[in-house]
Amino acid sequence: MNEQHRPRILVTGAAGALAQQVIDRLRDHCDLVAVDFREQVYLGDDIPSYCIDFNKRVFEDLFRRYRFDGVIHLGRIMSSQLTRMRRYNANVLGTQKLLDLSHKYGIKRVVVLSTFHVYGAVAYNPALIDEEAPLKGVGLSADLVDSVELENLANIYLWRYPELNITIIRPCNIVGPGVRNSISTLLASERAPVLAGFSPMMQFIHIDDMADAIVLAYNKPKRGVFNVAPEDWVAYQHALRLCGCNRLLIPSIPPVLPKLILSTLNLRSFPSYLMHFFKYPVVIDGRAFAREFGFKPRRPLKEIFRFYRENKKPV
Amino acid sequence: MSLASIIKSKLVPAELSEQIDRIRKPIGSLGYDPWGYNNEAIKYGLSLTKQIYEKYFRVQASGIEKIPADGPVLIIANHSGQLPIDGLLIGYALAARKENPRIPRAMIERFFPTVPYLGNLLNEVGAVLGDPVNCAKMLANGEAVIVFPEGVRGSGKLYQDRYQLKRFGNGFMHLAMKYKAPVVPVGVVGCEETIPAIANIKPLAKALGVPYAPVALPVVLPAKVHLNIGDPMYFDDLEIPEEKVTDRVEQVKAEISKLIDKGLSERKRLF
Repeated sequence: MNEQHRPRILVTGAAGALAQQVIDRLRDHCDLVAVDFREQVYLGDDIPSYCIDFNKRVFEDLFRRYRFDGVIHLGRIMSSQLTRMRRYNANVLGTQKLLDLSHKYGIKRVVVLSTFHVYGAVAYNPALIDEEAPLKGVGLSADLVDSVELENLANIYLWRYPELNITIIRPCNIVGPGVRNSISTLLASERAPVLAGFSPMMQFIHIDDMADAIVLAYNKPKRGVFNVAPEDWVAYQHALRLCGCNRLLIPSIPPVLPKLILSTLNLRSFPSYLMHFFKYPVVIDGRAFAREFGFKPRRPLKEIFRFYRENKKPV
Repeated sequence: MSLASIIKSKLVPAELSEQIDRIRKPIGSLGYDPWGYNNEAIKYGLSLTKQIYEKYFRVQASGIEKIPADGPVLIIANHSGQLPIDGLLIGYALAARKENPRIPRAMIERFFPTVPYLGNLLNEVGAVLGDPVNCAKMLANGEAVIVFPEGVRGSGKLYQDRYQLKRFGNGFMHLAMKYKAPVVPVGVVGCEETIPAIANIKPLAKALGVPYAPVALPVVLPAKVHLNIGDPMYFDDLEIPEEKVTDRVEQVKAEISKLIDKGLSERKRLF
């Protein structure tokens, strides 16, 4: 990336709130191209935006036309969306296609967004999980297979093609204005389910801080896998109280009971396969990322929860 | 004044509350740490334990000042009495000491996190899942950690085996060496008599998924408890074979054995 040449970056998942925050931070210094599987979004006249399935051949045309320097891959279909098969195709095979094309067209920097869900919520989890910890997410549910597979794939490319400079980031719960994932939907709701007697420790990162983290990561070509989480923690039920949510108690024993109730209710924000994340803690250690990239989150938990409390009843 | 704060002022003595606030814990903006310790919950926990400690078990602790005022430290004790009352009493003794009080963390059995309500409650007052990674990270944070190297072998033993030390695991010694944490041996006398068990129904324990199912009276007897705290033991971090590590563990075990004998000889009566 020399001074005369503005870096040209492909940003995936452009319809999501996080990608739009990242684009806002980069648009002054970089030429951006935005893509999304789901919809075409208008991001201003200076940013070409496409709705493309990565597995279609036209996707390669983008690489031919724009000659990217880097890729920021934020386009993951969340586990609460679409069917398992379509998610696998999009997240795993789509990512493979993206990485293959990145290799073919000599891209120098790739940032891949993963999730802390890959660690899996298990009763025996220690707190402050390091990046080297085994990924037990798949053991819990087949619905998390695509998340873990996406990581494995990115990891293979990370070692096989060092010149791609792949950095995989595993954030904790991303929340804040515009975020549509399951935890954000829960915090924004009037009433949120809790498993009776379980209030695991959780970590939350504000979307603005997360966007800052992604930009920091992109700007320093340091390969590897990094957790991203602030050094602040709160119990799930305490977080709900601070967000002004009423708690809806779901019996927790025997374990088949909550599973049965949740699959009957079929809530998008509290799917039965994420049940364990509301039972056992998955507290990750984000210190390596903070140290390596000089990252310091700026939005405290209280501010995050105030936003949810004050926006219960949208006008 | 809200209802919650009125209840709190009745239950938690102001002096204790101040004492806890004085102890600096590495906690986040809402009073939690990564393992679920909560600064407010501990105030209720200690207020309740104060009554149990002073009035019910009439604990006599000697040498509590020997535990270093700061930095990582492993408090190693014999385990007994079916329920982790021994951990609770050692924890309170350290939190309530006049000079340099500390809130130690106790490593607990792996099945506790799966028990609704109880698991979270234990976490809030500082107990932590007994995983070596947890212990290592806490020592790195400069915490005082209570470990019972006998584990369920110790707490689940029968009354006829009282005050016989079971096999010690070596894990704590590896951590003490790696993090240069002094080991403080503690001999607990009295907890064996709190819930004397005459048998262990293994099939029932297996069916319930708990470590043991004792045949005992459904009450906790008010035995007088003696805590004898020994001098800190320091071990270097040289690379040594496992059998040498076992030797070091045996040294600690012998020290605890001495402290137990001291407690037994000091004891005038069981209750």
